[in-house]
Amino acid sequence: MTDTLHEPFHTDPSTDLSTHVPLTKPQLPSIATTLAAAVSWGLAGLPALLLSWPIAGWVVVGWILFVLALPTWSGLIEGGRKAVDRLVTILVWSTFALAMLPLVAVIYTVVERGAGALSVEFFTASQQGVLGEGGGIYHAIMGTLIITVIASVISIPIGIMAAVYLVEYGKNNRLSRTLTFLVDVMTGIPSIVAGLFALALFTLLLGPLPRIAIGGSIALSVLMIPIVVRSTEEMLKLVPDELREGALALGVPKWRTITKVVLPTALGGIVTGATLAVARVAGETAPLLLIAGTLRGTNFNPFDGAMQTLPVLIFGEATRGGLAEYVPFQIERAWGAALVLIMIVMLLNLLARVVGSFFSPKTGR
Amino acid sequence: MSTIQADPAPPSDPLQEEGSTGRAGDSIFRGLATGAGMIIMLALAGVAIFLVLQSIPALGASGEQAYGADNIVVYIWPLLFGTVLAAVIALVIAAPLSIGVALVISHYAPRRIARLLGYLIDLLAAVPSVVYGLWGRETLQGWVFPVYDWLHDNLGFLPFFEGPVTTGRTILTAGVVLAVMALPIITALCREVFLQTPMMHQEAALALGATRWEMIRMAVFPYARSGITSAVMLGLGRALGETMAVALVLSASGIVTFNLISSQNPSTIAANIALNYANASGTKVNVLIAGGLVLFLVTFAVNFLGRYLAARGRAKA
Repeated sequence: MTDTLHEPFHTDPSTDLSTHVPLTKPQLPSIATTLAAAVSWGLAGLPALLLSWPIAGWVVVGWILFVLALPTWSGLIEGGRKAVDRLVTILVWSTFALAMLPLVAVIYTVVERGAGALSVEFFTASQQGVLGEGGGIYHAIMGTLIITVIASVISIPIGIMAAVYLVEYGKNNRLSRTLTFLVDVMTGIPSIVAGLFALALFTLLLGPLPRIAIGGSIALSVLMIPIVVRSTEEMLKLVPDELREGALALGVPKWRTITKVVLPTALGGIVTGATLAVARVAGETAPLLLIAGTLRGTNFNPFDGAMQTLPVLIFGEATRGGLAEYVPFQIERAWGAALVLIMIVMLLNLLARVVGSFFSPKTGR
Repeated sequence: MSTIQADPAPPSDPLQEEGSTGRAGDSIFRGLATGAGMIIMLALAGVAIFLVLQSIPALGASGEQAYGADNIVVYIWPLLFGTVLAAVIALVIAAPLSIGVALVISHYAPRRIARLLGYLIDLLAAVPSVVYGLWGRETLQGWVFPVYDWLHDNLGFLPFFEGPVTTGRTILTAGVVLAVMALPIITALCREVFLQTPMMHQEAALALGATRWEMIRMAVFPYARSGITSAVMLGLGRALGETMAVALVLSASGIVTFNLISSQNPSTIAANIALNYANASGTKVNVLIAGGLVLFLVTFAVNFLGRYLAARGRAKA
């Protein structure tokens, strides 16, 4: 790749040391970017105000002016290469702004349309016998809680132990290489396929069209285990070998070395990874729709019958349709549940970061 | 994975030899760890086996049992077309954006801000797909409607924008929502690769007087090419399997068309399962599961290719 660096740099044959050569090339002032931006959006503001464009139109036209103006100005003063550099800088930062747009828009919309639905009843009542206004999502919150907790109880120990095998025992042998590959494959399994797996499994066990909450937990585990394995594996690899060797040299058995030295050192990262995995599956819809089903009342028994969950409730309320007089209440309930779900997921993410920095390894990276 | 050079005979670890310590705890713990690995293998094998078992009855399905199609192939292939079309639209949008965003985080933003920006992109991945779906169905479709109108009026001669524009809930909107969901994955992987570019190459380029963009073009991109390809493949895998966003956004009629902005849209395998499952019975369930098996195989192939490219790129570097 070094040969691409041999692009001829600009050498002017007329340059002669005897004549006066400026030591610096002319540069735009440091406020040039701000200035060009202000002028561009200012100019775009004129027709925007006069023709009363929507805000999006003003932003887009201003952006086009900015993209044209700054590189042109730079090209006139600093030369073509600098101008291209400035153009790319603008484009690259624009991609970031564009990527943030859906995040801001989604959160804003969910808060705006969901906040009105929140009330005491919303958190304490179920949908039992409620068609239009009223009722709540208590049953769905409980369902999400139960199914996610069971999935975590299944996945986190298996995931951590598998990672321990890969890092501490596997030593790149055939089994561990196969396992690494399969975990990679599992990471890519579509969530609905995990749901179909649970469905097929329980169809064989219980007969056609089973509805059972534990099946939802199993489907979520299929999605969750690879995430836990990956993050734990990364963390265990960061534990310095000196710690292992020190413990083993003192005559500590290997399994005590792992449980008392290696795992505690990596604890922060492991907890962060596990929490992020929980956050990831708490919002999964498709597998739960297939196997845990949907229910208007509360069900606390994961081994018997359908159980409602937050994501499935959102999907159900948004698509149910039905009597026109009920639809606005269903849509509002969907947004309210979306707000609650997003808050749960964001809290888990925040918790993961806090825990991660709280337990962060004292060894430094 | 196969390209990783393994020692033909790994150095034997004296502490690992059975009986050398005479302590039962070691072998039990080792057994537990190996067992956990085995469970993962069994689970994956289970996914494949149960899907195949439950798909077999669908092979003979036709007519009413195959939702009106003559046989299972005729039923599934338009869905496969829609799945690929939506995923390709998503990638056409998401891939360039992701590379830009990854560059911001790895090379453009000051280091302290870069961490924060990385978190923000991770939050984009944290929003549940059903919420994106709800947003696409209720909000985004209203925003894109005038854009589609404009596309139809000005670019209507292209087959993609034939219209007629009667709804915002088209396959293009579904593609946009999928792009939002694929973007954080592609960004995260690209960012990793960009950060691994040897500092020496970058500093050498800058020392020769290259601008930042020239440095990125000559030092970072050649190094990261295989990494970017594999990131895009893995993003494609995500977009192919996404269910809820498509099921909520798309107003599907299951036809095969390249017209991106009409109300007659191809459906996708995953969305079709989610929408039809509730009132499926008998062989219909098997037909849906067979669709799931096809989806599993396609995403498996795409992910395999992505991982393979990533491993090959690492081996070369």
